[in-house]
Amino acid sequence: MIYEQFKARAEGVSAEVYRFATKKAALDFVIGFLQEEGLADMPQQSALWAECSFLDGVDRDVMRGLAGLKFAVTRKLASEARFGISQMEWALADTGSLAQNSTAIEQRLVSSLPTIHIALVPTSGILPDMPALLSRIHPKECAYLAMITGPSRTADIERVLTIGVHGPERLVIVFVDELGGTV
Amino acid sequence: MGNKFKESIHSAVNNANLTGALGKFSEAYKVNRAKAYEGIDFEELRGKIAELKSYAASHFEELSDQFTQNAEACGAKVFRTNDPAKVREYILKVAQDNNVKTVVKSKSMATEEIHLNQYLEKAGIEVGETDLGEWIIQLAGQTPSHMVMPAIHMTKEEVSDLFSKEVNERLTSDIPRLVKVAREKLRPAFLAADMGISGGNIAVAETGSIVLMTNEGNARLVTSLPKIHIALVGIEKLIEKFADVATILEALPRSATAQLLTSYVSIITGPTPNCDGTMKDLHIILMDNRRSEMAADPKFKQALQCIRCASCLNVCPVFRLVGGHVFGKVYTGGIGTILTAWFDELKKSEDIQGLCIQCGACKDVCPGKIDIPDLIMEIRRRLVLKQGVPLLQKTIYAVVNNRKLFHGMLRAASIAGKPFTSGTFIRHLPLFLADLTDGRSLPAIAEEPFRDRFKKISQPRLKERVVFYAGCLIDFAYPEMGESLIKILNKAGFEVVFPQNQTCCGAPARYNGAYEVAEKNAIDNIKALLSVDAAYVVSACPTCTVALAHEFISTFESVGQTEWLPKARELAGKTADFSTLVKKLVDEGRLALKEGQKLGAITYHDSCHLKRTLKVSQQPRELLQRTGYELTEMFECDTCCGMGGSYSLKLPEISAPILQRKLRNIKDTGAATVAMDCPGCVMQIKGGFDQDGASIKVKHTLELLAEQLDI
Ligand code: SF4
Ligand code: SF4
Repeated sequence: MIYEQFKARAEGVSAEVYRFATKKAALDFVIGFLQEEGLADMPQQSALWAECSFLDGVDRDVMRGLAGLKFAVTRKLASEARFGISQMEWALADTGSLAQNSTAIEQRLVSSLPTIHIALVPTSGILPDMPALLSRIHPKECAYLAMITGPSRTADIERVLTIGVHGPERLVIVFVDELGGTV
Repeated sequence: MGNKFKESIHSAVNNANLTGALGKFSEAYKVNRAKAYEGIDFEELRGKIAELKSYAASHFEELSDQFTQNAEACGAKVFRTNDPAKVREYILKVAQDNNVKTVVKSKSMATEEIHLNQYLEKAGIEVGETDLGEWIIQLAGQTPSHMVMPAIHMTKEEVSDLFSKEVNERLTSDIPRLVKVAREKLRPAFLAADMGISGGNIAVAETGSIVLMTNEGNARLVTSLPKIHIALVGIEKLIEKFADVATILEALPRSATAQLLTSYVSIITGPTPNCDGTMKDLHIILMDNRRSEMAADPKFKQALQCIRCASCLNVCPVFRLVGGHVFGKVYTGGIGTILTAWFDELKKSEDIQGLCIQCGACKDVCPGKIDIPDLIMEIRRRLVLKQGVPLLQKTIYAVVNNRKLFHGMLRAASIAGKPFTSGTFIRHLPLFLADLTDGRSLPAIAEEPFRDRFKKISQPRLKERVVFYAGCLIDFAYPEMGESLIKILNKAGFEVVFPQNQTCCGAPARYNGAYEVAEKNAIDNIKALLSVDAAYVVSACPTCTVALAHEFISTFESVGQTEWLPKARELAGKTADFSTLVKKLVDEGRLALKEGQKLGAITYHDSCHLKRTLKVSQQPRELLQRTGYELTEMFECDTCCGMGGSYSLKLPEISAPILQRKLRNIKDTGAATVAMDCPGCVMQIKGGFDQDGASIKVKHTLELLAEQLDI
């Protein structure tokens, strides 16, 4: 129920939503997606994956075989990357938003500079709403709480909704049940 | 009103791009906003916001201390000042100490308020706006015309011209392409900037956090890429509790842009690491600039409940015609008028306060529950207190209050044909009964006013009594409405009493800030209306009803008149508007209407005061439908008709297009009759159709009901 609500709301603001039972299936999807979208080891085609618990136990050497996918996040690489991949801890069902403790700058770089942001989310991280999120956070332990709802947008020219101004123009959300329970 | 101001209005209403864009937007906004609020109890939500913001406004000092302590404990540097000059100096010093050459900014009204960009640029620092709308404005060398959509007045062609110059390439007006160009052009600026400057949508005392909301994602970059971040926050953004952030986030995006949440929300509590491993140099400036003074003002404290959503602009029938620039350089619209009077100076609001037609549309949607029209009236009152009532106006009020003389003059003028265009002062009458405007005819002034006709009406002897308060329009222009009212109430078993000493309700004086005159009107009327023992005091003019039921009391409170307050309350308790009273009598079985006939299609226009102050909208509709009219709702049925008392006289160039819009919406329903409960609206709309030539009947509800009494 709560997942369906999230999906409907997130798609309502032009996010793309997927869900997989296992990490393996999710990983296959992400790799397939990158390849299909033209992943390559050159500026504007590369991908940058920020440190996250999803990567625990994943054989990164295998993934290093994918030309253009990098794990060491720098400002320069992030500004050149077409894909940014990160894990967001929470999702808010009633607004279709994602949330993360983004205190580490790498988390923000990969989710704000590239054109496409792929967000991995534990399915159990779906919360009903904002109050539920804020009651779980203590700002003293979270210097930068970031919430993301759909891709970057503007309506500043003649009120015409246009996607992708300063942030990503696509937000691809990948729920992974195995990352923590089912909802 | 100054000539320059009049000229700015003139050029705004004649700017087709502007009025077209704003008109379309405001229509879509209402629908989208309602959708965004589906399933949410707006009244409850704004009650919470008003409460927590009002609490904050009474505790600015404590909350600022608490915020400072908590933010500093996390490593931020907090600077507090009342003085905009000190804010500018502080920012410049931080910049110079760190050898800052370029700054990127995300949208901040507070920086506009203190004209920061110009100041930094003079000192040789390059300042780049990054919000798309703000950047457009910056390139054009203009000021924002809307708090949320700064460049709403510009067309895509104008934007493409600006951008073409900027990138040295001829661009078309394809909007997605223009947005791309902005992205590409601004990206290097973000990466190169030495300092980021932002505002703050919320500041949380309990935790020392600031909340930033954007759709474009620029605030994320401004707060992440440069090594220095300065957030300039007005202290009215303070709230006490972290959990309350959720309350404001529930309303702000819905009200501002009809979104459930803005694309990006960042809650920053203390410095975070930079890309090179150092920590961010985070400065938060808490700026007062007269906000605590405002908080100490019993009337204006309310304005600090504002969360800057700009919905009051979006629903304002005047704003959608003139746009923001007429209001000034920083804050615009209704709330902008109030903020300008404080953050700038009272005198600056002298012209713009007159733009408000007092329709109350903004008050209905304000998530901070601010009575914006009332505060604008208070500005008017204070301006008059400061400058005094002009002699001319004093003479006018004296005439208005001498009912016989007043009627005589109006009648003479009416007969003369070209009534108020000549003569010494009569053409300045701040009153309903004048007409200088194109697009509306003057009502004929009755030969015999209602007060004289009344004496000749014979009523059956009835046990119960109702006091009738006629008001200027029914008394002098539409006495037949008064006669219809008597017919209906007699049928319900009431004798109607008309105390001859009743006078003007004081609205014209009050709406022009002359509260002492309004006070005298109130006392005279209370004496007259309470002189008779009666169950109800009824009026068929919503403006008068509001005066009797609310404004006598608030006028007394404003001028410190306590002696008559209890009587004013007594009168308020007995006062009813026509439709509410009649609906009640029908429901009680005291009054029978012919029912279920085939009377054809009708549409109903909600008068501002009836709908929004008295909260009456269903009663007349139900009564009309009951008799057999088929109700076809018009688009924007509760949008002002542009009358607004003397407003149509003072600002005909605004009043006329508002009326035209109303006429079009009425015609579009195809109904042969339009009903309303206000004689002022009847005059405005009837006059409009007279000129327009459409054969649509314009009627007060009571005239239609009087035809349908069951014998
Ligand atoms: S009362 Fe009406 S005219 Fe005045 S500011 Fe509000 S919406 Fe605009
Ligand atoms: S006054 Fe009310 S409606 Fe206007 S901007 Fe402030 S909160 Fe929004």
